[in-house]
Amino acid sequence: MTTKRLRPIVGGLGIATAISMLVTLYLGLVWSPPERTMGDTIRILYFHAPSAWASYLAVGVVAIASILYLWRRTHVWDIIALASAEIGVLFTTITLISGMLWGKLEWGTYWTWDARLTSFLIMWLIYVGYLMLRSALDDPERRARLAAIVGIVGALDIPIIHFAVLWWRTLHPQPIVVRPGGPAMSEPMVLALVAGMLSFTLVYVFLMALRVSLEVERDRIEVAAHPQPVTAEVQPS
Amino acid sequence: MSRPPSPAMSDAPEMAVDAPEVFPAPAERWTARPAPAYGPTQYARQVWALVWKDLLAERRTKEILSATLVFGLLVVLIFNFAFDLRRAEMDLIGPGILWVAFIFAGILGLNRSFALEKDRGALEGLMLAPMDRSAIYLGKLISTLIFMSVMELVIVPVYSLLNNQPIRLDLIPVIFMGTLGFVAAGTIFAAIAANTRTREVLLPILLFPILVPVVITAVGATGIVLRGGGEDLGPPLTMLAAFDIVFLVVGMLVFGYVIEE
Repeated sequence: MTTKRLRPIVGGLGIATAISMLVTLYLGLVWSPPERTMGDTIRILYFHAPSAWASYLAVGVVAIASILYLWRRTHVWDIIALASAEIGVLFTTITLISGMLWGKLEWGTYWTWDARLTSFLIMWLIYVGYLMLRSALDDPERRARLAAIVGIVGALDIPIIHFAVLWWRTLHPQPIVVRPGGPAMSEPMVLALVAGMLSFTLVYVFLMALRVSLEVERDRIEVAAHPQPVTAEVQPS
Repeated sequence: MSRPPSPAMSDAPEMAVDAPEVFPAPAERWTARPAPAYGPTQYARQVWALVWKDLLAERRTKEILSATLVFGLLVVLIFNFAFDLRRAEMDLIGPGILWVAFIFAGILGLNRSFALEKDRGALEGLMLAPMDRSAIYLGKLISTLIFMSVMELVIVPVYSLLNNQPIRLDLIPVIFMGTLGFVAAGTIFAAIAANTRTREVLLPILLFPILVPVVITAVGATGIVLRGGGEDLGPPLTMLAAFDIVFLVVGMLVFGYVIEE
């Protein structure tokens, strides 16, 4: 698999992502009206919610790639899982920071131990741990296998965490629940949100393409630099 | 006249002739005898053998129990100094203190337990044994559960004593189920972390986020029992049971992948 032939596709993807992001910026920041009670702070939502969606997408891809790695043992699934986990941590960080900024403006506090905030923070910690585990393992096969297990267990744990945190929150005095948007969203707002979702998905796919091809190239150089792997010396013939 | 074949009088060549009776010849041993049925009894016996091995090793080294016990007590002590607790506050944060002590001490035990397996290649020996890999998981899980239960059986009365509270027996199911969830997830992650250079550091980093659901419900349920206000213990216990089952099933399914080499 050479990445050379894929280069025009990745380039095209990059242009599409840039255009879509510009459109989202225009729709979200200029075109859509301010919200009645929140005013302009609603505009954070057009980037916050899509990046939350992209985090879940990334985590899902990590889990699926991990399962496929354990099943097929092809190196490319490990690369995909690694790339998706890195990008997932990136989007989760963006979601947390943008959410905190919005919270400061609307709730008057950067952080509250609300169910959704808490489970998102824990998800971030799981995938930071996943990346730390990867960096602590040298042997590629072992790293791929053990990381895949953490990727699967971590993804399975996310709904469980959400469930438990919800119960925990109802146990304690309920904070004043302020939900972004609410059901009555005007059409321009929905459109801006949909545009945001679309562009963040494109950003995810674009970053994935870049990250995966980088890793594939790195492997190729590794093989070129050491034409005969160390294990070949041990094997007869 | 031939000599009667007596083991006491026999010399070396005769021993060689006698030997097949005691140790069947390889051909007979591997082909003639039917393979032993691998059923639940066999499986349970293997798991028990593994648990027994860990208990025996612990009886001889006394490494895990002494370390976890002392450490757990120290955690309870440090919290007491850190917060300078009165009775009313104790009801609020007591459950949290207990579980922090259990979990921190449990991490020590898990690390130690897998370090022992890794150090002299004992795990490779276990993997060579003709048994299902999940038996190794269950064996480790049960022995860690036993060590942690012993540690908790000491810490809870000491905690109650220090805080002038009655010892509540209805804590037992809550703590047992919380600990089961902890070791079910902990055994997988300890086996994973044991492969890395920084295992002692990595285990809590990997395990604590995963354990959040178990900790939340266990602390909640412990609080309900300690407050004794007649709150409904049903929901947290059901949730704990569900988490335990999920972690156990996932652990049994993935453990084979963790230790394969």
